[in-house]
Amino acid sequence: MKILQKIEDRCIACSACEMACSNAYFKVKDREKSAIRITEHGQDKRIHVCNQCGFCIDICPVMAIKRDALGVVRIDKKKCVGCLMCVGFCDASVMMQHDEFQEPFKCVACGICAGVCPAEALYIDKDAAQVPLEKVTFFK
Amino acid sequence: MEIKAMKEARTLLTAFDYEPAPLERGYTDRSLHIRLGENRVEARAVPALVREKFIGGKGYGLKLLWDAVKPSTRWNDPENAIIVAGGPICGITQYPGSGKSLVCTISPMTDMPIDSNVGGYFGPYLKFSGYDALEISGKSEKDVVIFIDGNSGRVTIEEAPLEAVDGHVVAEQLTEMYAEDEEDKKNISIICAGTAAEHANIGLLNFSFYDLRRQVARLKQAGRGGIGRVFRDKKIKAVVIRFRGTKGNLNKPADQSRINKAGIKLHRQIHDLDDAQCRMRQIGTANIIEVMDAYDLLPTHNYQYGSHPDTYKIASKVFIEKYTTQGMPDGCWYGCSLSCAKTADHFELKTGPYKGHKVTIDGPEYENAAGLGSNCGIFDPEIILEANFYCDTYGVDTISFGTITAFAMECYERGIIDKSHTGGLELTFGNAMAQLELLHQMSRGEGFGYHIGLGVRHLKQYFAEEFGADRAFLEDIGMEQKGLEVSEYLPKESLAQQGGYGLTNKGPQHDEAWLIFMDMVNNQIPTFEDKAEALHYFPMFRTWFGLMGLCKLPWNDTTPADNGMTDEPAKIPEHVQNYVDLYNGVTGASIDKHELIRQSERVYNFQRVFNIRMGKGLRVHDAMPYRSMGPVTAQEYLSRQERYDQQMKELIGVDPEGKSVEEKIAIVRAYRVDQYEKLTDAVYKRRGWSSEGVPTTAYLREIGMDLPEVLEVVTPLQA
Repeated sequence: MKILQKIEDRCIACSACEMACSNAYFKVKDREKSAIRITEHGQDKRIHVCNQCGFCIDICPVMAIKRDALGVVRIDKKKCVGCLMCVGFCDASVMMQHDEFQEPFKCVACGICAGVCPAEALYIDKDAAQVPLEKVTFFK
Repeated sequence: MEIKAMKEARTLLTAFDYEPAPLERGYTDRSLHIRLGENRVEARAVPALVREKFIGGKGYGLKLLWDAVKPSTRWNDPENAIIVAGGPICGITQYPGSGKSLVCTISPMTDMPIDSNVGGYFGPYLKFSGYDALEISGKSEKDVVIFIDGNSGRVTIEEAPLEAVDGHVVAEQLTEMYAEDEEDKKNISIICAGTAAEHANIGLLNFSFYDLRRQVARLKQAGRGGIGRVFRDKKIKAVVIRFRGTKGNLNKPADQSRINKAGIKLHRQIHDLDDAQCRMRQIGTANIIEVMDAYDLLPTHNYQYGSHPDTYKIASKVFIEKYTTQGMPDGCWYGCSLSCAKTADHFELKTGPYKGHKVTIDGPEYENAAGLGSNCGIFDPEIILEANFYCDTYGVDTISFGTITAFAMECYERGIIDKSHTGGLELTFGNAMAQLELLHQMSRGEGFGYHIGLGVRHLKQYFAEEFGADRAFLEDIGMEQKGLEVSEYLPKESLAQQGGYGLTNKGPQHDEAWLIFMDMVNNQIPTFEDKAEALHYFPMFRTWFGLMGLCKLPWNDTTPADNGMTDEPAKIPEHVQNYVDLYNGVTGASIDKHELIRQSERVYNFQRVFNIRMGKGLRVHDAMPYRSMGPVTAQEYLSRQERYDQQMKELIGVDPEGKSVEEKIAIVRAYRVDQYEKLTDAVYKRRGWSSEGVPTTAYLREIGMDLPEVLEVVTPLQA
């Protein structure tokens, strides 16, 4: 499946990815509105971004979260009722949310951030071996 | 085709068009009033004073009910009303347990107000459709369906002769009828009852929500006090609401950010801790079946005992492993990550009119397993599920049904009644088929099942007058108070829980206070004053959920990791603060945790005075059957002899040596009844009531519930 891969050792925490992401989706340069987040504790840089595991798909009460043909987990904002359960239940805390928006948002592996990363710490992997976690059980 | 025929058989009685009022900070400030018979529909403004004093939910329900009825009003009088109301927080999607409806009416069981808290999508959709409350009064001659279209703003009342009455059928039919397509089904919620509610005073209301994954309309219950009986007496088959366009901000909160923060934090906590705490997501309330048994609190054989060797057969893991399907959110409103609702899917019924059908059963809840199961000596999970299903679809309160059947079974076992009285049913403990037959009889209004449906209070009189039973003994073992059956916890060893059941407004239901662990297990409230403080605080705190349209479970069925380090762990301080934040976040007010209690005190005391107005609500009505306090019979005493003998020595100061069992029972009884009286004194004092249980005028002024109509009721009763 298609995933934004990260090489944290290379990250220089320049914030270029955060700015590019928020600018692409919300027309503003604000890391709080970015689907990718960088944290640093001294030399330790961390890149927080969705690995398309799909755990959130089963959490959603209105089935607004689905995996597309490329394997990317996407939120149907029209269906979303803004309960934020997916935010609280994301193991990696990468289902993002901002109080100005009704719906949460997440990385859709578009690659815009990879394109601007000066350290080549990000790249799109179209054929990642991630195991999908959703069960998508139907009972009928 | 079936739906088409139903539609064609409909006759429109009235239609009412309205402009849906905008929701602002949790309120629409409008209420919808439907008068059946006259087929009158009108919208009214909610006066500012009502909003200030009664807040919402149950507060609104009680206020509208007070205005609708007279002291002489009985449940089946046309002026009796059924009121459904969420509260200001009802309908938010970010915090678990925020979609509850509160339902009030004059109860056929207690002849005074009953209130019941129920899930399903109706409450939020009513609010989004422009109304803080819905009041239905009057009576129809023929069966009707009321439909509220919350988007276009239209209410219709139609005669509906062909729709089913049983809950699971009519909910499916009407969901199908009113939804435009599969996607639209989640926008429909239905209130319905069932065929037994046409005969049984323990009739309940079902509130539906559509389960997208199971593709079935599921039912949650406003169970207690016979509201379904009133509903069917008014000839209502169903109330249907449709609202499209649910989003997370429809309550138009003053501060969405505050609500989001509280919600995400609790979602995260449940994600991290629930599997190791209450397992609400795995099994729900049924997680405590074996816990109650281990602490001798699981009612067995009509509350004679608190445990049974066969409990393992109905332990929570049996339901998890064999019957329930999970692994997904199972809340009764959006955003409930605690997800306590469970279902058994494709369950094949063995009895009754739906025998052979494969059905979806919502359950088992703890109360169902204990009431339908252990209390009746039944330890077969499939019978519990089947009885659970039929209770729901027939519209029968599982708690009352379990407690009534357990009482009748004990009467049968003791020879007080026999087969000639039960229509041939061998009503021994454990006779599961007899229990199910009683349900089926109830749905047809026939036989001994009909009598069961009228409650323990009725049976006591019926057995005494018709069969010459010893009334005093029946009073001892019949587990009802105020006319309502006791819910499924054995309170014998917890004085505070005896008060938690007895010193309640609506009757012995555990939603006001559940203090058994605090009292009996952890000994955190040893003195009368400690218990009285708990029996003030917790009923007030829990009343608040009913004012808001909230569920109680996310308050203390999940706890923060550091809760044990706080000053008052039993209150879950962090969650109390969450509720303060939610209220302030929605309404823009700035209350603190003390004002939260004050809001409840006003409504709680209003309800007490309402009871008094209806000729109840005094000390004499707060007495409990002795079975709830201690051993009535020699068998009970002997089964826990060591415990009772030890207590006699240590607590009562009497040496049990050389005394007969009867003497010892009498000594324990005198002591325990006296303890309950002392507790009652302490609680009344703490609550600002006279020794007769009447709120004092001074206290009503202090809390701001000194409305003229309230003072008029209590002034003549001031000592």
